[in-house]
Formats: sequence, structure tokens, C-alpha cells
Amino acid sequence: MAAVITKPLTQHIRPDREPLDIKAYEYAGGYQAARKALAMSPLDVQKVVGDSGLRGRGGAGFPTGMKWSFVPMGPDAPRPKFLLANADEMEPGTFKDRLLLEGVPHLLIEGMLISAYAIQAEIAYVFLRREYYQSARVLLRAIAEAEQANYLGKNILGTPFSLELRLHQSAGRYICGEETGLINSLSGRRSTPRAKPPFPQFVGLLGKPTIVNNVESLCCIPGIMQYGPEWFKSLGLTKDAGTKLYGISGRALRTGLWELPMGTPLREILEDHAGGMQPGYTLRGLLPGGASTDFMLPEHLDTPMDFDAVQEAGSRLGTGTMILLDDHTCPVGFVHNLIQFFARESCGWCTPCREGLPWVEKILQAIETGCGESADLTVLEDHCRLLGPGYTYCPLAPGAMEPLQSALKYFKQDFVRHIEEKKCPWSQA
Amino acid sequence: MITIYIDNQPHQIREGQNLLAACLSLGFDLPYFCWHPAMHSVGACRQCAVKQFKDENDQRGKIVMACMTPATEGVRISIDDPEARAFRSTVIEWLMVNHPHDCPVCDEGGECHLQDMTVMTGHNYRRFRFKKRTHVNQNLGPFVNHEMNRCIQCYRCVRFYRDYAGGLDFNVFGAHDSVYFGRQTSGILEGEFSGNLVEVCPTGVFTDKTFKKHYTRKWDLATAPSVCIHCSVGCNIIIGARYGRIRRVLNRFNSQINGYFICDRGRYGYEHILSEKRLHGSRIRENGGHKELRTNEEILRHLTPLIDGKRFIGVGSPRATLESNFALQTLVGTENFFHGVPDRDHALVERVISITKMDPTLTPSLDQVKNCDAILILGEDISETAPMLALAVRRAVMDEPRRHLAPKYQLPLWQDQALQEVTQNKPGPLFLATIGKTRLDNLATHRLSAHPEELSHFGFALAHAIDPAAPDAGETSAEMESCVKSIKEALLAARNPLLISGTGLGHAALIEAAANIARALRHQGKNAYLDFVLPHCNSMGLGLLGGRPLSHALEMVSQVDGIIILENEISRSFSSSRTNQFLGAAKTIINLDIMQTPTSDIATLSIPVASYAESEGTLVNQEGRAQRFYRVVPENPNLRESWSWLVEMMALIKNQPERLGKTPHEITTKLAQVNPIFAPLLSLVSWGSETQKIPRESHRASGRTAMTADISVHEPKPADDPGSPLAFSMEGCHGDVPGNLLPRYWSPGWNSVQSLAKFQDEVGGPLRQENPGRRLFESTGNPIKNYFAVSEKIKKNNHGRWQVVPLYHVFGSDELSAAGAAISERIPDPYIAISAKDAAQLNLLENSRIRLIADREQFERPVKIISSLPAGLVGVPMGLPGMPYVEPGTIVDLIAIPDHRDNEK
Repeated sequence: MAAVITKPLTQHIRPDREPLDIKAYEYAGGYQAARKALAMSPLDVQKVVGDSGLRGRGGAGFPTGMKWSFVPMGPDAPRPKFLLANADEMEPGTFKDRLLLEGVPHLLIEGMLISAYAIQAEIAYVFLRREYYQSARVLLRAIAEAEQANYLGKNILGTPFSLELRLHQSAGRYICGEETGLINSLSGRRSTPRAKPPFPQFVGLLGKPTIVNNVESLCCIPGIMQYGPEWFKSLGLTKDAGTKLYGISGRALRTGLWELPMGTPLREILEDHAGGMQPGYTLRGLLPGGASTDFMLPEHLDTPMDFDAVQEAGSRLGTGTMILLDDHTCPVGFVHNLIQFFARESCGWCTPCREGLPWVEKILQAIETGCGESADLTVLEDHCRLLGPGYTYCPLAPGAMEPLQSALKYFKQDFVRHIEEKKCPWSQA
Repeated sequence: MITIYIDNQPHQIREGQNLLAACLSLGFDLPYFCWHPAMHSVGACRQCAVKQFKDENDQRGKIVMACMTPATEGVRISIDDPEARAFRSTVIEWLMVNHPHDCPVCDEGGECHLQDMTVMTGHNYRRFRFKKRTHVNQNLGPFVNHEMNRCIQCYRCVRFYRDYAGGLDFNVFGAHDSVYFGRQTSGILEGEFSGNLVEVCPTGVFTDKTFKKHYTRKWDLATAPSVCIHCSVGCNIIIGARYGRIRRVLNRFNSQINGYFICDRGRYGYEHILSEKRLHGSRIRENGGHKELRTNEEILRHLTPLIDGKRFIGVGSPRATLESNFALQTLVGTENFFHGVPDRDHALVERVISITKMDPTLTPSLDQVKNCDAILILGEDISETAPMLALAVRRAVMDEPRRHLAPKYQLPLWQDQALQEVTQNKPGPLFLATIGKTRLDNLATHRLSAHPEELSHFGFALAHAIDPAAPDAGETSAEMESCVKSIKEALLAARNPLLISGTGLGHAALIEAAANIARALRHQGKNAYLDFVLPHCNSMGLGLLGGRPLSHALEMVSQVDGIIILENEISRSFSSSRTNQFLGAAKTIINLDIMQTPTSDIATLSIPVASYAESEGTLVNQEGRAQRFYRVVPENPNLRESWSWLVEMMALIKNQPERLGKTPHEITTKLAQVNPIFAPLLSLVSWGSETQKIPRESHRASGRTAMTADISVHEPKPADDPGSPLAFSMEGCHGDVPGNLLPRYWSPGWNSVQSLAKFQDEVGGPLRQENPGRRLFESTGNPIKNYFAVSEKIKKNNHGRWQVVPLYHVFGSDELSAAGAAISERIPDPYIAISAKDAAQLNLLENSRIRLIADREQFERPVKIISSLPAGLVGVPMGLPGMPYVEPGTIVDLIAIPDHRDNEK
């Protein structure tokens, strides 16, 4: 059976119908993985996930099994431990978790049950983006069903393991999706990221061991448990394992979201699945994994979309949801739009991000509206360097600089034209 | 010690610090904002970036924040690295993006950390060409001015106000480049430590509102080391003046007492010196009227017939210096020297002195309080009577879990945020046994609210439970029994348990019970401490001088020719009727005081004297620590120090044997010679050089040659200050002087209070050559074995009458500070407090009027209902302007007064 499952994440999702309820989900084989996991020891579950080579789908690609392995286990471990599903999907251009949340909520719950069991967490939260009302509705119903069926609650399926799962709807800031910002937000504080160490695995929510996993990562867990790590590895086309939700937005013929083997070449995603560019539009570049990744160019179209290959092409796989830049769109305006978002979403804790991003935003706006000066490019380049990793408190500003620095690399001439012509060459006026 | 490499040079440092603290301790100029030596690291501002190298072969290195990086053995960093320098300069460029650049009109200008750091990083050219964001300011009350546009978002204010001092009405709001620090709505900052924001803020967001009324740049302020006179803790302060006018008070670092902070009473209390109630001219009562005496000669002419050959009694003061009290004591003779305090306070202070003397090792410094790991407060409402002790207790209780969890999580103690996460801000063991609610309640592990007698009973029971050799208190209620059990366990589980009590409730048994508990803990091998809060800044000093209770003066007054009252308002120690009786019976009253008081109004001769800012002298704080303070302005011939007049009087009385001395230095020396307990004072006043003195004025003081040019173009000779280590000059010893004599903190490139680090061998540690005062009690080496006997039984039933308990207010209960303009805005209206139960019984609502009837006193005030007050007690605010003195423990009647407003309708 394992051989035929090629889309473990989306196999039960139909765009034209409500998500499977618990009965239908169980009928389709759901919760078998959870039953299997609960019969194993938690450390064995961790090992299976570790062996599967699953890397976090939230953007950073950190191996999930390794993340879990840091959690203190055994009778002396601090209690309670927490598992948090990061469903605060606010990265511009990213909409992959939403599909899973709305399409197959029980897959997430099952994944969370197995993950919580693996780290012996007794309390789990889904930290949900504020605007995902439909997801909240679907999830709340699914959680109630799972509680009813004793997949959640006390002594799950007759085992000593208990898990309480709660839904938390975020207050709606991008920084709440940052692992430690999320933890602070959940505990009722300002969503300011925390310095590491201590890592959340030791000191997380309410000072207790905490694991934060992305929704898509958690949804990979039931398949791994059910069909084994080798099956999961075999799904990927390259050395990265599993399937990946790849998305495309922008001026493609068919924008959308597809579950494809990890490492599917960019060209295949764009041309076969999205049908190529709309007539009259030429691809100039794309952000491979959301707004905080570097541009890739048409010359990179043969890159296999996995963590390492995209990095070699000078960008990051990120969330795997691409935004296309076409020849009818001003790259300066494109980047300005993104920076405007990041400047607004800075938490205001560290100086470079709080003061640097709004400055970059103002400069980009000036350039876009024909008020740019040649010295502005120096300021922009300075910021690309000084808002880099290590300089700032958390990855928000470094992420924000990725599209800008690559735009300055690949589309510098467009910036210069704006400044020289004192207007946006793309503007109609 | 470990070795670290800074720009390839090895340096020896103590282990366990972060790189920023290590660099500053080594004397490097590394800029920073969000870090503070008392509040440690959070890594927000990114200003202290340095480059760290893996090893000597690593050429690339990586940028790290010095404040967030442990200084471990062999760590290699570069401060001078071009990339690190460029980044630090850019951080300033960012911080300046929205800064208003209004230094010329900013009160912080000239002592601004932001200015200093800007110059230090070399950023000087503005590239930002867009609009600045602006904020609306708030009115934060009389103490602190708010100018949010200057904010650089270092988060130190909110970290001090909330995290360090536990305030709740201040926070950070907003996000991205619009972060706002203030209150949720405009209004008075309620915390009693709000003034520290002025010093904590690296720029001019929070500035001293009282200073603004008579502003002077820091470099133009003449400053001198002084000691706060507004409670018995004895925090160190720097007073600043210009043109002879007192302008402001800043914290002065003392590693043993107040460290980096002071309370608002201490910071703003100075304004009493400027108050309308300040006495300026002498006057004598003549022919039913008053006659102003304009010169000292005139005063002396009138003084002579009043005292020559006459017999006087003297009333000393717990708020006057040792020197002035000693002068009065010498003038009238010890048998005629009375303590100008309520008899009850006199007895309690004597009790505290005898306990402290027997085993001085029991008494902690404030710094030691911060390291205690289980605390019981018995009776005293320290948040109101000794705010800085309360802050030390807060730190002790909040830091206790940090101290034992940090090693477990392998976190350094400077990792402030991580430790907040680890401890979840759960306080360590703190037990409160007081009559009603206090502002430390939210930290308390357990709190007991009871009558004073029950509290002492509980204390004796606890001592007995800890050491069965301590006397048994007898029967105890089941509730109290369980309380005793749990507190006993917590105190015995601690290494340094601390008992705090005081004279506040006017209840001797409480003090004895606290002593029994501390001694019992010592018997159980604990390094226990015992701290007593006293009523005034020099209660301990006055007590050690010796003297008789004030009521004895009442008996003697008619037999002598008059009384000399030293810096004292009699009605604060006597009921109105006894005050009238005492002063009425006096044939002559010579009153020496700073402020106009009811006593000064009726005095035969009223002579105004110098305030603490205008005099030099010694105070002994509650732990028995003698501290010297120095005048900020030259002696004003019309406002001489009290002792100086008393010495003058000695000369007038022909049979007085000798003059005590002409300077405070000589008086102190004399005191140290005649009274062995004060012998250690000699070391406090010794200063080697009359020629190389410490200048009170900064080397940049301006206007020296112009200030009096309208009178004469010849620059006047600087005023003399014989015997003092300080000079009224810009010239003298600017170099390394004993830390406790530093009149200001300044170092090249460091104009703000942050320059303090330049005077410490290790940031946060003691000042170089610090003499943090002299403890007067030497340990005998013999721990005390005996216990106080249980002195009283609980008497529950007052038969429908009420027992007076004193209540205190940070702003209001202290006589002098209450006369300051800013503080007077914070003083509550007079009231009489009763419990909710009694209010219901008397059918009283909040603010209905009630009459309190005691033997010698009766008065009417609005009712304040305090739900935490036990029934049967009536709370009388002590020392509040408009409140008469009622002796604690008095049994009184209460009568509800019909509400006239209802009748009018």
C-alpha cells in the first residue's frame, strides 16, 4: 500500500467538499498512525521521525527529529511540556498551511497527537493566524470530534498518555509566527522574540520544555509513522525526504498549490503545474519560498526545489510558495511592497530592525515615486549588510533584506533607471 | 580569574561576566544603551557590538553583542574592528533617525548618555532625509517630565519600573518604529521609585520635573556628597546647587546601601529647603509682638539676657545631626537633654540599640538584604517607612529563584530575560505579618493580617517553634499554628533568613519577638539577619548619644528657665494638649529649626538654621552605620548650622568650660573623644590634605568671574570650608579620590551618570577607595544566647472601643519631605481608617466623617475603609500634615458624624 501513497498530505483534500469528518477520516485510514505510535515508546517514535529525514516546513528546514531530541525526557523532566503547532501563516505569498488546516484538520490533529506523544507533552496549542476564521471553524469541530473519540483528552485510546489540545487565535502580527515570539505571545506577553540560549526545548512556554512545529511538518508525521521512514525518504526526488506543498502566485497561467515530491525542479512546477506564464508576460525572477527569500532568476529554473539546491542557487526554499516577478511589474515597487510589510511587522525590540526597515521602506517609496537619489542606493546596500544575521535580535530583518539584496544584485539597473528618470518606468503616468 | 583577549591583548578578569561588563570594568569605552549594571543584559539596542574570533587564526570573526556573550576563558574579541565600529556607528545613526536633536533645550543635555555614545561611535553625518515620527507626551505627575520624541527605545525605563521595582502603571505600548513608553493614560506615576527613570533613561525622555523649575546644566551645578534625611535607611545622594540655591538630588552610589537607586521621597524631598515654610529670619517675641532680628550681632544681643546664668533644658532631634545634638547635650548637660520623640519611640529605639549592640553581626546592610533567601517582615510596613529597604526585599525575593535556577539551566545571572523565563517571575519565600495590606503583598508567599498583639504573639510562637529554648508564647490559634509551621520550615530551609521589624507600630513586643526569631535561627546554625526600621534618619544616633524621654521634660519644664528646642516640632511627639501644656509652661523657648512650625511660631526666640544641603555632619542609620554628609553651598551667615548657634550659646553662658569647636570636623572629633561609642567617627572625618581638596564645582563650571561682576569686577575669594575634604572651587583634586567623597560622576567622554562605572574596579562593584560609612557597633564575637521573655498576652476585647494603630505614607509621614512642593501633591488627605466590618457596624461609608476621642485628643476626619485592616483597630496616619499625634495602642472611641450634605437636601 505504501507504494501507492504519493500525496500523503493532500490525498484527502477535495476542493469541492467539506473536509473529512472523523468517521470519514478514520475510514480512509486516519488515526492508524496514531494507534501505531501510541503502542511504541516515545523515544522510538522520535527515532522514526529522525530517521525519516523530515526537515521543518516552516522555512528554516531544521531536522524535526533533531529538534525533538533536545526535549528533556524521563520522569525528572519538567512538567508540563508543550507542543505548539505554528499555524500563524503570515508570510506574504504563503498559503500552504491554510490548505491543510481547512482541508484535512484531522491530519494535523493526528500529527500533533503523535508528536506530543513523542516528546511526552501533555498540552498542545494550535497557534492560528487571526484571519484564518475558516480554519478556526474547521479545527474547532475537528478537535471536538477527536476529543469525543478519545484521540485527545485523558488516557488516549486506553493508554496512560493524555493530551489537551487547544486552539489559540493570534492577535495578528507577523512576529507571532517566530518561534519564541509565538511563545511570548501565547503566554500573554509582547510578541518579542527571545534570545537563545535557552532554547524553547528547555525553557519555552511558561518556562517549560516546548516544541514549536510548522503545520505542514506536523502533517507529515502520520504518514511517516504509518509507512515508515524509508517510504518517506523515497518520496523525495533528491536527498531531502517527503513531499512538499509548492505554491505559485503571480502572473502564471494557473496559480495554485501542489503537493509534489521534495526536490521537484522549479521548471516542472512552473511550466507543468502552473502552465507557464500568462500570455504576454515574461518571467524576470521569483521568490522561491515566500517574501523573505532571495530572488531566483529564469536561469535557475532547473534547480530542484529542495533545501540545499535552492541555497546553492543563492536563495532559500523557505515555505516553498513562490511569488513570480514578471516584466510588467516594477521590481522596485514589488520589493517596496514587501518591505512595507516587514517594517510594519517589526516588533520594535532591536534597533536595526525597528529603525532600519522603515528607513529602507521610505527610500524605496521615494525611488518608486521618482524622488530617489543616487546616494540612496548606498544606504540600501548598507542596510542589506547591517540588517544581516547576527546583527539583529531575530531573523525578521535578515529575512526582509533577502528580496532587497537580491533585487539590488539582479535588477540594479531598474533602481538606477528610477533615480535617473525621476519616475517609475512602469508607471502609466 | 580567566584571561580574555581584546584586540589581541590578554586581560585578566573575574569569571561569570558578560563581555560588555568585562570591557567596561577593564576601562574600555564600549558604547551601550539597554544594558544596566543593576538590570543586566537583554541585547535589544545592539549598540555594544564587537567582533568575536574563534581562535588566533580566525581572521573573519563574527559580530556579537558584547552584553549577550559570556566572557569565557580564552575568548577573543575586537572592539576596534572596522566592521564592528561601522555597525556601532550605524546603530547611533538609526537611533538618531527619529531623535529630535533638541539638545540645546533638553534638560539631559550635558549629561546625556546618548550624546556621549554618539560622540564615542563617531557618527556625525545625517543621511536620513524623511520625516521623523512623533509622539504625544503624558503628564506623569509632579516628579517626572515626559518627552517621548527623544526616546531611543532602549527599554530600560520599563525594565526598571516593572521588572526591577515591580511597578504596574507604566509599560511599553505599540510596535515597529512607534514604540511608546508611558502610562496607559496620562496621569501620576504611582510608584515610589519613579524618579529613578530620570537616571535610568539614557536621554531626555524622563527628566526631573522639580529640577526644571530652576534648571542648571550639570557642569554648572556645584555638587557635594550627601546623605538622605527622609528615613532611617540612610541612602547616599548627591545634592546640586547653583547661585546658592539647591536645585536637585541625584542618587549617589554606595555599594552597601542604595546602589544605583533611591526613592522619590529621597529624590524630591529636597524641595522643603525651597518651601515657603522655610525660615529665613530670626525673630524674638517682644511686647506681645514679633521683632525681626537682622544680624547675628542683634541675635546675640538678645540671646545673652535670655540664657546668661539661666538653667535650660534641651530637646534634641532625630532629624538633626549627631554634632548638633551633641552640642545641645553638652550645652544643657546630659541630665537636661531630652529626646524630641514620643516616649514610645524613645523606648523602642533604646530597645533596638541594645539588641543591635549585643550582636551587631545580626544587622544586615541593604546589600546583604538583597542576598537573603527567605524573609519575614513582622509588623513594619516597609514600603511606606523605608522604601529602599522594600526595594531591596523585592530584589532579594525576585532574585532568590534566579540564584538557584540559573546554575541548573547553565545560565549566567546577567541573562535577565532568560532568567525571567526560567523563574517565570515567581518570587522566593517572603512572609508578611502586618496589620493590613502592604505594597509587597503581591510577592508574599503567605501573609498574615492581625492586631499588633497577635503579631508579636505569633513572633514569639515562631521563635519557640524554631528553638524550643525560646520562651513559649502559650496558646495559639490553629490558623496561626499552621502559619508558624510553614514559615518555620521556610526560614530553616534558607541559608540567610532575614527578619525585618521596626518601630512603626510602636510595639515593643514585636521588636523582642523579631529578635527572638533571629536569635533562634542563629541557634539553629542559620546565618540569620535582623533589620529594624527606625522612625528618623538619625534616630539611632540620637539614641546612642543618650538622653531622657520627652515626658520627663514635661515634668521639669516649670522648674527651669526655659527650653532650647533643636530642629523639632513638639506636636509630632505630644498630643495637642500635652504640647500646649509643655510649651505653655516654658518661660523661654529658644527654637532652632529649618522650617516654620507651630513651635517656631510661639518661640521666644526663633533662629533659622541650615538644612542638610547647607551643612556638614554625621547621621547614624538604622544599622548603626555612621555616614558623613557635606555642605553643597557655603555657609550662609543667616542660616548657620544648629551646632554653631549652640556653641555660641555655650560661650555666652559664662560658666561653660570650653568651646566644643569651630567646625563640624572639630565637633565630631570632640564627640569621638568624649563618647567611646563614637570613636570610629574619627576615621570618617580624617582627610589628609587641606591644600588638595575635592572641588565641588566641575572643571567646566561657567560664570565664575561674572557671577558677582555687578557688585565688583574683582573675583571674590572662594568660601572657606575648614576641616572638610571639599572645597568651594573648580580647582583641586580631580583625580582618584575616595569613592564616598565623589561630588559627581564624570569622566572624559562620559558626562552622564553612567560614568559611575569609571569609578569602580568592576562595574556594579564598590567604588574605588569606597568608605561606605562606619558601623559603630563592633562584634563582641559572642553570639547572644538569651531570649526576651514573652511580655504580654493577647487582649482581644476592647469592649466596643478601638485600638489606635499608626499608618504610614511614603509621601506625607516624613515631616521635612512633606513640605516639598512636588511631594505635597502626592500626600493623601488626612483620614481615619477603620475596617470594613467596623464601618458596617458604625454604618459608615467611605469619606463619611468620624470623630476619634482619646484621653487627651479628639478630632474629626473623613473615614477611609481598609478592608484588610482587622476589626477593632483604628488606623491613624502618622505625621500627615493636618493629623495630630495619637499614641499607638491608645484605646479610643469613635463616633460617626451625621452627613450634613444629606440634611441639606
